[in-house]
Formats: sequence, structure tokens, C-alpha cells
Amino acid sequence: MRLNDLLEQKKAAIVKQWFNMVVNTYSLDTSQFLKNQKDPFANPVGNTISQGLEPLFNELTKQMDQNTIISFLEPILKIRAVQVMFSPSQAVSFIFSLKETIRKNLEKEICDNKVLNELMLFESKIDEMALMAFDIFMKCREKIYEIKATDERNRTFRAFERAGLVAESQEDRLCD
Amino acid sequence: MAALPKSDELFSKINYKPPQSGWMDTPAVLRDGMFCYAAKPKSVETLNLPYPREWNPKNEDWLLPENWKEIIYEGMRDRLNRFRTFKIFMDICVRCGACADKCHFFIGTGDPKNMPVLRAELIRSVYRNDFTTFGKTLGRLAGARPLTLDVLKEWWYYLFQCTECRRCSVFCPYGIDTAEITIIGRELLNLLGLNIDWIATPVSNCYRTGNHMGIQPHAFKDMLDFFVDEIEEVTGVRVEPQFNKKGADILFITPSGDVFGDPGTYTAMGYLILHHYLKVKYGLDITWSTYASEGGNFGFFTSNETMKRLNAKMYAEAKRLGVKWILGGECGHMWRVINQYMGTMNGPADFLEEPVNPITGTKFENAKSTKMVHIIEFTADLIRHGKLDLDPSRNDHLKVTFHDSCNVARGMGMFDEPRYVIKNVCNNFYEMPRNCIKEQTFCCGSGSGLNASEDMELRLAGGLPRANAVKYVHDKHDVNMLACICAIDRAALPPLMDYWVPEVSVTGTHEMVANALIIPGEKEKTVDLRGEELPGK
Repeated sequence: MRLNDLLEQKKAAIVKQWFNMVVNTYSLDTSQFLKNQKDPFANPVGNTISQGLEPLFNELTKQMDQNTIISFLEPILKIRAVQVMFSPSQAVSFIFSLKETIRKNLEKEICDNKVLNELMLFESKIDEMALMAFDIFMKCREKIYEIKATDERNRTFRAFERAGLVAESQEDRLCD
Repeated sequence: MAALPKSDELFSKINYKPPQSGWMDTPAVLRDGMFCYAAKPKSVETLNLPYPREWNPKNEDWLLPENWKEIIYEGMRDRLNRFRTFKIFMDICVRCGACADKCHFFIGTGDPKNMPVLRAELIRSVYRNDFTTFGKTLGRLAGARPLTLDVLKEWWYYLFQCTECRRCSVFCPYGIDTAEITIIGRELLNLLGLNIDWIATPVSNCYRTGNHMGIQPHAFKDMLDFFVDEIEEVTGVRVEPQFNKKGADILFITPSGDVFGDPGTYTAMGYLILHHYLKVKYGLDITWSTYASEGGNFGFFTSNETMKRLNAKMYAEAKRLGVKWILGGECGHMWRVINQYMGTMNGPADFLEEPVNPITGTKFENAKSTKMVHIIEFTADLIRHGKLDLDPSRNDHLKVTFHDSCNVARGMGMFDEPRYVIKNVCNNFYEMPRNCIKEQTFCCGSGSGLNASEDMELRLAGGLPRANAVKYVHDKHDVNMLACICAIDRAALPPLMDYWVPEVSVTGTHEMVANALIIPGEKEKTVDLRGEELPGK
């Protein structure tokens, strides 16, 4: 049996275990909540993770459409980028958890050396997805710093500027 | 060449597992982005609050007075005697957990110490240890722990990760108002000079100049004059606001954020247009004050006494001008202070009249003691009696949803008036899901003085549940405008939307009212107050 068929067969179990590993990166009390609260508005974090993992898994078994992957990775990473208890490596680590889950689920097949070559290729795809996750994470962090800077400026400076209560700004002079 | 570490040595140091220890044994780590800068000594000094000094939360040494523990114990003892609520809230929690997952900060940050029950437990554990026989005898078994420097730092870190929004209290079977525990906790920290600057400096400014921004009267008037020009450009009508007019019918007070920060400035233009309309049509005599130029009250986030001092200024000005009653702008916590505390704090304001809308005859019974009416209620009353000429199609380019500000919704129970006004001034209104609005509204994540820039990660995480609901109506109904009736919302929601739902902008409700209002003598409008083209023009 080919790897993709095996993965398809065990998809439900693998995705569930992957989800558990992702939410277990939070404290025990939090992970219980993330697993058990099913209302998407009461539990946006848990819901975003659970909505994202299966489509991401599907893409790994297919052609890895970049836009589709980003559309599901980004919501998860946007959240982890503001949860500052995660270091950058911890924030993207959940992608690699999939390797562990798959290895556990395909232990027998791997030992029999039936799918090893295919699995190595598949794991390269996981690595590729992790790199995409890192790019997205960095984009989110840069966005946060941009928001911090513009928030300060927009809050008062623009109003004063419009009213002519401040001298011409340095930036405007540079733009001229 | 120095030996490089082996890869397995490096990897062995990486730990992706969260701490498995209990909360008492997991010390708080102060992380950048999650806390605000320390209060500047000058601001603390202005208010004669204790221990002004330069200190930095990131430093090991917070330069506390030697007897800091005694100060906290004495402060707790005093407050347990003075505030029955505090005593009850310390005693009656059964740790059922009903509140645990209701806090936007817990939902967004995933940090269990942001569960309201656990945040309160940070203080309760010390209360048990030093004020109850049970705790003194059984110690840790009874959930007690001694006050240490780490505990104090933990208090500071987490008490400034609560926006006092009270969503948790809606779900508490005992009615424990966790916000009041935060309020008292912050009072205790203030006894040691441990305020944040985003609160301390606005309070000091307000105490000196009458508003949080520290704007002096002439600059305040300059800004409103500038709005007058802008309004004339858009509508062709020159409005004439009155300032410090003795004997006017009504004193209008709004948060200074509306006068000095976008998009609140458009809301302020909305007030000016409405005032002008009511003056021309019905002869209503409204004055602004350049002294009581702040509706907001960051004193509320400092201490009971500081809140009282700032609140008193508005009433002193109303008395000086001899107005009949006060009309208040779109604000959040200003209304909690008025509705929940003013009556017994500085009130009843017997020198003012019981507010009656002179145009409709409506008596605002709810403002009997405070004599201050929320403008959304006032405008809803005018619309209800057919007193405003409105063309809601002017807002047809907007698909609007409404964010209930915590203090107006949960603090005042005002749910229907803003919706009634919005539905009368625009044609496309969509509610967010039921468990995200009205009494269950999710906080903007930046209330109670936390809307600084340095704690943006905290604000974005805390605002996630709100943004998530906005995203839902954006995806489903193509909503592009988030309306609110709170100045902090107007400051806090734009960056929140920018991060989570960038397709959605933020507006004050009276900006939409003014855009829909047909002003006598107006020119044919082609743009709205933001200078954006009106539909079909």
C-alpha cells in the first residue's frame, strides 16, 4: 500500500492526535479548554487550530498549493504571533509535531521498510510547510511592530497635523 | 577553533512543553508586549500619590519602600473594612470555574492566570494567609500563600492584564464582580507607586488641565474650530459651537479622545452637527466647556479617591455655568463611573435639574441622581419622536455591525438605544453572534487604561474574541464598518481590525448620524465627513 493511501486511511486519527499535540503546547488548564469548548466564538483559538489542521494535512498529501496552505496556516500563526509566551521556534513547532504523529501511526509500516522512501519525501514537504510557517510568523510580527508604530502616530499626531498645530514633519519633508 | 556544540546538545535544551507545575509554583515571567511602562514620577507627584520614582518593571529592583509589605497589609485591612464588596468577594468564591473561560484575555493569550478566578486568587491567596484563621492554620492546604516580592510582581503583571470589563461577572453564580477585585488590587499597587504611565499621566493631565491629553483651553477650542471648517467644507453649513456659556440649557462633555484622535474626531464633528441642527430647528442651547473637557476618567483605574476628584470637576463646571443638566458623549468607562458610582460618590447632583429632553418632553428617569444623559439615549429619543430629518441611504456604502462597549452594555444595561439609532441612520446592519454582544459582549481588549502601544501584543490577543466575531460577519455579510459608542473603542479597535480583519473600519455612531442628517441650508453633499464619496454622488 502506498503512503498516501495509508495516510488517507488513518487521517482521522492522525489529525486528531496532531490537534492534541498542538493544543498541548499550552498549559494544562488552557489545553483542556481548547479541546472541549466547541463554540467557535467562545473558543476562537481552539476552533482556528481544529479548522486548519485537516486542510493542511490534505495539502501535504496533494500538490501543496501555496495559497491554500497560507490561507489555513496564517490564522493559526496570527494567533501564536501575539501569544508571547511562545518563542518563535515554539510558535512554529506545531508543524513538526505532525512528523511524530505520523511516525507513531505508521510504526509497523516503517519498520517493515515499506514506506520509508515515500515518508522521507513526505517529511520534506512538512519541512517546507514549516518554512512557510516561519515566513508567515515573521510577517505577523512585522505587522505587530508596524501597528505599534502607526498607532502612536495616528492617535494624536494626524489630528494635530490636520489642524496645523504642529510644524511640518520630518517625514513629509523627506518625501517632498 | 572552539568546539561547536553538537546538534543533539542544542536540541535537548529546546522544550516545547508548558510548565507542569501548579499555579503557585509557576512564577510570572514579565514578557515584552504584555505590560505598560511604569508611571512617570512627575505624574504621580502631581496627584500627591505615594512613592513617585523612576522604576522599571524589567529591573529586578522595583525600588520599593522598605516596609512595602506592611503598606499592602494595612491597605488590605483598610479596604476590607471600608468596602463590603471586597470582603465578600474575597470570601465567597467556591472556585466553580464558571468564569474561567469567559475572559477575553484568557481566551486570547491562553495564559491560565488570566482566568478571572485565578487572577482573583492571586490576591485571595494572600488574604487567606494573613486575614483568615483557616488560612493561617492550614496554609497552602487552604489555598493560602505568603506575600513575597514575586507575588507582588505577579499581581502587577496580571492586574494590568484585566480590562475590568466584567464579562466574567455575568457568568458568576455568586455575582462576584472580578473587576472590583482588580480595582482594589490596583489601588493597593498604587499605595507603592506601582501605576502604569498610560494611566498615571492622563490622570495627572486631567487633574491639571481638565482632560487626559493635557490640552489647554485655547488648543481645545482651536481643534473644535478646525472641525467647524471641515464641516463647512463637506456640508456648506457653518456650525457655531458655544464655549463656557453661562446659563446654557445643557453642558456637553465628551472624552477628549474624540477631539484629538482619529476616528473619534469624526464623531466629534457628528456632535457639532447634531448640536447645530437642534439649535436651528428647536432652539436648544448647548455649551462645551474648555475646562471640563474630559468625560473619561482614568482616575477610575487608579483609586476610588482619584476617580472622585476627576469626576467632581465636571460637576463643578456644571454648577459654575448654571446649566440645567449634562449631556455626555459616546464613552465607555465614563458611563460606568456616572451610572454606578457618581450617585453616592459626588452626588446626588441636587443643584442640577432632573434631565428632561426639552424637544420631546422625555424625562430621563435613570439620570435622576446624576443628572447626566448619554447622547445615544438622547438621540434615540429624538429619532423616536420624529425630530430628526434623516437620509439613511447616505450610509449605503456601509455594511455595519455594532460593538457593545462593556461599560455601557454591562455597566448601564444600554443595549437597544444604539441599535435603534444605527438602524435609523443606515440601511445595512448585521449583528454579531449572540454570545458576543449585549451583556455578553467581548471587550475591545484595551479598556481600563491598557490602550498604550507598548502592550500591543496583549491588546491584540485580548481583542481576538471580538475580532473573531467581526470577522464572522465580515465573511458572511461583507460587513465593512464596526460602529461603537466609546472613545477607547475608537482608539483601540482600528489597530485590532488592522491586524485581524483589515477590511473593516471603525466609526462612532454619531459620525453616521451626522452623515445621514439633513441639515437646514446644506449644500448637495458629495462626500461624507471623512471626505469619502457618498454612494451615487
